[in-house]
Amino acid sequence: MSLVDRVRALLGDDAVDVAATPDGVPRVAPGSPDAVGLLLGTAREEGWRVRVEGAGTWLPADAPADLALTTRRLDKIPAIEPQDLSATAEAGTLGSVVATATAGPLRHGFGAVRDHLLGVTFVTGDGRLVQSGGRVMKNVAGYDLTKLAAGGFGAFGVIVLVHLRLRALPRADQTLVLEGSREDLTQVADDIAAAAVQPAAHELMSPALARRERWLLAVRFAGSAALVSAEEAALRAATGGRFTALRADEAHALWMRAAESFATRPVTFRVGGLPDSSDELMDLLQHQVGDEWISASPGIGAIRWGGETTVDRLRRLRRTLAGLEVPLTLERAPWPVRAAVGHFGAYREGVGPLVAGLRRTFDPGEAFVVAVEGTE
Amino acid sequence: MTATAGGRGERGESLAAALSEIVGARHVRTALPERVTYARDGLPTHRRVPGVVVLPGSRDEVVAVVRLLAALGVPFVPRGAGTGLSGGALADDDAVLLVLTRLNRILAIDPKNRIAVVEPGVVNVRLSAAAAPHGLYYSPDPSSQTACTIGGNVAENAGGPHCLKYGVTATHVLGLEVVLADGQVVELGSPGGEPWGPDLVGLFVGSEGNFGIATRIRVRLLPVPRAIRTLLADFNALRTAGEAVSAVIASGIVPAALEMMDQSCINAVEDSVYAAGYPRDAAAVLLVELDGSREEAVAADADTIAGILRAHGARSVLSAADAKQRERLWQGRKKAFGAMGRLSRDLVVQDAVVPRSSLPDVLEAIGRIAAAYGLTVSNVFHAGDGNLHPNISFDGRVPGLKARVDQASGEIMAVCIAAGGTITGEHGIGLDKLRYMPLIFDGDALAAMRAVRRVFDPDERVNPGKVVPIHACREWSGVRNAEFGMRNKSSSVDSAFPTPHSALTS
Repeated sequence: MSLVDRVRALLGDDAVDVAATPDGVPRVAPGSPDAVGLLLGTAREEGWRVRVEGAGTWLPADAPADLALTTRRLDKIPAIEPQDLSATAEAGTLGSVVATATAGPLRHGFGAVRDHLLGVTFVTGDGRLVQSGGRVMKNVAGYDLTKLAAGGFGAFGVIVLVHLRLRALPRADQTLVLEGSREDLTQVADDIAAAAVQPAAHELMSPALARRERWLLAVRFAGSAALVSAEEAALRAATGGRFTALRADEAHALWMRAAESFATRPVTFRVGGLPDSSDELMDLLQHQVGDEWISASPGIGAIRWGGETTVDRLRRLRRTLAGLEVPLTLERAPWPVRAAVGHFGAYREGVGPLVAGLRRTFDPGEAFVVAVEGTE
Repeated sequence: MTATAGGRGERGESLAAALSEIVGARHVRTALPERVTYARDGLPTHRRVPGVVVLPGSRDEVVAVVRLLAALGVPFVPRGAGTGLSGGALADDDAVLLVLTRLNRILAIDPKNRIAVVEPGVVNVRLSAAAAPHGLYYSPDPSSQTACTIGGNVAENAGGPHCLKYGVTATHVLGLEVVLADGQVVELGSPGGEPWGPDLVGLFVGSEGNFGIATRIRVRLLPVPRAIRTLLADFNALRTAGEAVSAVIASGIVPAALEMMDQSCINAVEDSVYAAGYPRDAAAVLLVELDGSREEAVAADADTIAGILRAHGARSVLSAADAKQRERLWQGRKKAFGAMGRLSRDLVVQDAVVPRSSLPDVLEAIGRIAAAYGLTVSNVFHAGDGNLHPNISFDGRVPGLKARVDQASGEIMAVCIAAGGTITGEHGIGLDKLRYMPLIFDGDALAAMRAVRRVFDPDERVNPGKVVPIHACREWSGVRNAEFGMRNKSSSVDSAFPTPHSALTS
C-alpha cells in the first residue's frame, strides 16, 4: 500500500491533499490530536520522515520529507476564560509562535512566549500524546516540559494544544516616536532606562523597517489611563520633549509593519545579549550582514534581523557572537540555509549530549525533519 | 550496582573518610544526632535520616564530591536551607545529603544590566538587600525568604505573593552553571538570558534537584517600585471574598499581590506576636498591593481596586497609611504559616492551584469537607493566582486522626483537580505529593518526565524517589519500570480517592 493510501485508510480520504505542496510532498491535515498521534505512530513504524507545517506563513514548507503534517485543521479555540484571563487554543492558531518562541517589541514589557504558556500538549515522534503543565496560573507539578515546546522548533514533538495566559486589553495605549541617527537614539534609549520609564515596548528600528529617512525609536505605553499619562510625562521629562505622539491608526500601522516585515524577508534571526552590549551587537550585525532590516529592544538586549544573506556569513556571524557569549537563533530561512546553519548551531560545551538525549527521548526514530544544529 | 552511603559500618566510614578529604572532616556529619537534624524540611509530616551529610564549601568541592559519589554509585540529595514544604530535600539512610548553604557568595551585581550572579546557598532576602543600594531587588518572595536559599528556590521554582505581577522564579532565572550527576559542569542559557538552543534553563528550574546541582545562578533584578499602595479588605463570607478576587482580576489591573486569609487564619495571626490588626470577626480578608514607578498612576489604580472591592461586598477597605503599617499588614501574612503551627501539634499544608473564577466554589467545598471530617482547615493563600494553601491542623497522637486528615486532604485535592486545577503551585512534589501525580498526568506524561530525567541523570541517583511515581509510568523507549522500580516503592499510585463532584455542586 502506498503512503497516501495508508494515510487515507488511517485518517480518512479528506485528511490527505496530494497536490498541495510545491515540492509534491503529500500533505496530511489531521483533524484531532489523536489523529496526529495515529499518524506519527504509523510514521515511526514505516520509517517515514515528517515535516511539520503550521499555517505556512512562517517557516517555508520546503524541508525534504516523505509527508508534510499540517496543523491547519487543528484551528479551534476551545476556551477563552475572561474571568481567569486564560485561554486554550489548538496548534493551528499559535503553534508556530510557540515552536519558534518568536516575539516582537512587546516582549520588552510583557515577557517572552515561555512566560505566557501555562501548559502544552504535544505528540512525540513515535505518536505519544504528552501533556505538560495545565491551565492554571502557577504549576510546579512535575518537570516543566512546556519549556521544551517553547522555542524547540518542533524537535521534541508536534504541538497540538496550548494553554495560555491572557492579558486584559489596555484601557490606554500610546506610541511615541523619535527619529534620528542610531548613535543619537541609543543615547536617548539609555536616558529612558536611567529615568526608570517603564514602557510596554521600547524599540529601535532601522529606517527601511520604519519606512523613515532615519532610524526610529518607538516607545509604547499600555495600561490604565493614569499609568499611560504618567509614563508619557516621565518620558518627556527624561528626553526634553523630543518625542512625537502617534495617532492610534499610525501606531497600529507602524507595529504591524514591524511585525510583518520579518515574515517577508527570506532569512530572520534573533540575537540575545546583555542590554549594555546592544549597540556593539548592532555594529557587528551591520558590519557582517548589513543592517537594513533590524529591530532592537535595547532594554532587554534582544535584536531581530531580517534580510538576505548566505550560509557562510551566518556561520561567521554566529562564530563571532559565540565568542561574545551571545546566541544566534535562526527563526526563518529556506531549507538549504536552515539545513546548513541550523536553528541553534553549536551549543555550549557539554550541552550537545543533553539536547541529543532529549531528541532521542522524544523522537526515537528521527521522524521529524528539523535542522536543529546545522552541519558545520 | 548501587552502593550505599550508610551511616554505619565499614563502607560508610570509608565514604565519610573520602568525603572528609575533599571538604575537611568538620564538614562531614556522620553521628546520628547530627544527621537527625537534617531529617525533615519545613513540613513536619515526613522524616528521613540521611546516611551521611556533607557540606562542600565551593563549586570545585561540589564537583569533587559528586564525582566521588558517581564513581561509587552512591545516591545523593542536594539541599539548601531545608525550608521546603514537600519533603523534597530529604535523603534516605543509603544516600548522601549534600548541603549547599556554605556556597553563599553573591558573585556579581551588575546594575546597568540589572543582573546578579549568586551561589546556590545565598539566602533570598540577602540578595535583595545587596541590590538595594542600586535601587534594585530580586522579585520572587516565598514566605520563607528570610531563610530559604536561591538554590532551593530554583529547584522548586518557588513563588510568593508578588509572583502575581512579576512571575515565579523561572521568569527571573537567566542562566545556570550546573553540576550533573556524573560531576560534569555545564553552562545552561546565556549571559543575557536568551536560551542557547532549547530552553534548558527553563527545564531545569523546578526539577527538584533531579537534574543536578545549580552552582551558579544568574538572575534578573527589578527596579524597586517607587510607589506602593497596600489595601486590606474584609468580608462577611469566603464566597464574597472569592468573587471579589475574580472581579479584581477581570478589571485588567494586575496587583503586585492579592492574598486571602480566612477567619481561622486571621485568629491564629492575631493570637500570635505578629498580630497585624486584622478584624477577627471577618470571614475573610484580602490583602491587595499595587505598585509601580509612578505615584499618581498607582494611587489611581488603588482607588479603582478599592471601588471594585467595595462594590463586591467588602465591609471596609483600609489603605495602609505608611510603610510601618504596610509592614505590619504583610508581617501577619508572611508569618501566618508559623502562627498556624500554634493551633496544634501537627499541620498538613496543601498547595493546589485552581482557576481563579472557581475560588468561591472550591473554598466552600473545602469548608464542607473539613466539617464532614470534623477538622480545622485554615486558608491563607495567593488568591490572585488561584494558589490555595488549605492547612489542616491536628494532633497526630490522637488515634485515627492522621488517617482522617489524609482522607480529607485527598478529597480537597480531588475537588481542586475537578475544578481544572493542579496539585502544586509552588511547593513542589517531593515525597509529599507523589501519590497525587497520577491524578493529573497519565502514564505517557509521567514516562516522558522520567525519560527526561534520565537524560540528565541516567542512573536516577540524584534525589531518588522524588517527583515522578515510577510505577505509574508507561514504558518509554526502553526505559523499563522494573529496572529502577524499587526506588520509590513507597509511592502509592492508588488514586482511589472518592472524587466528590458533589462537593462542588451541592
